[in-house]
Amino acid sequence: MKLVRGTIRDFAATAIAVVREIFDEAAYARFLSRAGMASSSEAYAAFWREREKSCARRPRCC
Amino acid sequence: MNKALAILGWGTVALLGAVAVGAVALHRGEPINALWLVVAATCCYALGYRFYSKFIAVKILALDGLRATPAERLENGRDFLVTNKWVVFGHHFAAIAGPGPLVGPVLAAQFGYLPGTMWVLAGAVFAGCVQDFVILLFSVRRDGKSLTEMAKDEIGHVGGFVAYVAVIAILIILLGVAALIVVNALKASPWGTFTIAMTMPIALLMGVYLRRIRPGKVLEVSALGFVLVLAAIWGGQYVSQNAALARWFTFSAPTLAILIMIYGFAASALPVWLLLAPRDYLSTFVKLGTIALLAVGIVALHPTLHMPALTRFVDGTGPVFAGKIFPFAFITIACGAISGFHALISSGTTPKLIARETETRMVGYGAMMCESAVAVMAIIAACVMQPGVYFAINSPAGIVGQAPATAAATISGWGFPVTAADMQALAHAVGEQTLYNRTGGAPAFAVGMAHIFSHSLGGETLMALWYHFAIMFEALFILTILDAGTRVARFMVQDALGHVYKPLGRTSWYPSILGTSGLIVAAWGYFLWQGVKDPLGGINSLWPLFGISNQLLATVALCVATTIIIKMHRAKYAAVTLVPLAWLVAVTFTASWHKMFDPNPRVGFLAQAQALAAGPATSATSRLIFNNRLDAAVTGVLVVMVALVLVESVRQWFGILRGTREVRVKESPFVRTRLVEEQG
Repeated sequence: MKLVRGTIRDFAATAIAVVREIFDEAAYARFLSRAGMASSSEAYAAFWREREKSCARRPRCC
Repeated sequence: MNKALAILGWGTVALLGAVAVGAVALHRGEPINALWLVVAATCCYALGYRFYSKFIAVKILALDGLRATPAERLENGRDFLVTNKWVVFGHHFAAIAGPGPLVGPVLAAQFGYLPGTMWVLAGAVFAGCVQDFVILLFSVRRDGKSLTEMAKDEIGHVGGFVAYVAVIAILIILLGVAALIVVNALKASPWGTFTIAMTMPIALLMGVYLRRIRPGKVLEVSALGFVLVLAAIWGGQYVSQNAALARWFTFSAPTLAILIMIYGFAASALPVWLLLAPRDYLSTFVKLGTIALLAVGIVALHPTLHMPALTRFVDGTGPVFAGKIFPFAFITIACGAISGFHALISSGTTPKLIARETETRMVGYGAMMCESAVAVMAIIAACVMQPGVYFAINSPAGIVGQAPATAAATISGWGFPVTAADMQALAHAVGEQTLYNRTGGAPAFAVGMAHIFSHSLGGETLMALWYHFAIMFEALFILTILDAGTRVARFMVQDALGHVYKPLGRTSWYPSILGTSGLIVAAWGYFLWQGVKDPLGGINSLWPLFGISNQLLATVALCVATTIIIKMHRAKYAAVTLVPLAWLVAVTFTASWHKMFDPNPRVGFLAQAQALAAGPATSATSRLIFNNRLDAAVTGVLVVMVALVLVESVRQWFGILRGTREVRVKESPFVRTRLVEEQG
């Protein structure tokens, strides 16, 4: 039972990590920690200024 | 004991797979159940991953878990970042999964379910997954270099230049075709148009919410956006039922084309955070959820496939697109089997996130297998419909006639019975005025998906909602590609123009932004306009052109891969990429020849131009003749360029094998990873 619960917990944690990465939440968290900033409108604007170039160049497949 | 169990287990999978593939391939007469396709696909993917990808990983690529990847060596917290393998897998799959594996298989279903299924399974296991895997690994070993850079380094300047031009050409043709699919799905459909129109203010709202109200809470705002989109779908039915409101959202194909071009231009020129990024999040949210839901729906409903294994149209007379099963089935289905575009993703963001070389197998080979499974689901969605209905939706008016009774009689005459009353009832059930001549694959897929969903959840009463949900899902997907693709192409053109006049290369200089955005939109808009005005529905000309250009890019990627494998002294295993390369060369060059020179005006661009010139002249004749000649010229230029890469690659291979050429693999030097010690 413990093993099953642990497996489910691991699976859920990985799934959340995947979606947080796909949806750029993890990237924003890394930016905040790197820049030593708290989340705010200004911090998010700064995050996008940094990210704009690489994000906009990212191809989307057919 | 473990070994014996493994042999027994894998033997069972192989046996089950053989039985399922045999049932799919040999069954004739009575309709078969979709579960046969699901079992065949699952077993093929399992065997391909366990044995073939492992063989490639061990014998050819010699994946080294101790070699530090660029994510570790160059980690900067931005582009280069050591990331959990499942996170990279999800990221990679979300990037490669577009509308291609949904639309291509639906169009190719005109040959029956068998050709598409076999190509998707064999193509993915032996070609597509291999391409994605090896290109990803080679990029990881070269500091995350792009395909164009690797082509320049390994094959020469010709390779780099051709890859660059092929990417721009594919993007432009892809964007034109994608926009045409949206136009065909939304024309004269107030419900669908209203829903899609609403996604724009929803995306803008999400952008402002993210920037001003809850910075960075993307999942939260995506869930909110999804609820608003569902509300828009729900509200769409009231718009379509109200004559005054419906008039506001009922557009002809040319009007929709102009609106989409304006949208593409605006999305390319506006700040990323305001429109592009929130739409991308919303589209990804809907995409991942819907694909998962469709998989569950297919397994739960396990519907019967009404389409025969092979139709009479294998002879090349198909109404959806003209051309024989070889080569046209293999260029119509690209993304579900092999897609050159994937090589751009495998040499783009993904290699910069991989923590260990050994993970490239799961990410590169594994994600493409999932993409192929999406294509199998699309085949099932298209083939659950009665074939007569499928052909009525997908055939252009130029082939089956404008009037419902004429179209139904023509299609029934082919041996696929359908009546005007059936089509009227279906259109009514899905909340549309008509479903005739909805070329492009999206409406047919939406009907199939609505059929599966409504039978699994909600019954016939929800058919119209599911249909418009499916249309919204596809259109959202495609519009995201349209805005992201226009922006990517804009950057590529700005990079090139920057060599001519420096300010043009500045991505923040507004005259350059507006000029290059306009240039790219005009280029794909031209193809879109051509498709909208084409009496044969546009898809007949443009989808093969897109398929050819996409597969030609895969040819370039496989040339790069084969060259590197030979340089790595693994020439005896080069067949792993050489055989798919030879197949793609045969397919794309034959298809290109047919599209240019086939004497049948429905197939050959030049023959069609000639037939138009010989026929009665109308106001549109000269433009149609020019368009056909232009399409022939584009095809010819692409083929000649790829032939140059091929010749250059073959010269390299022979030179290396004969010892007359210096062998220099341009990998970054080996650095031992610290991750193992840290973990250990």
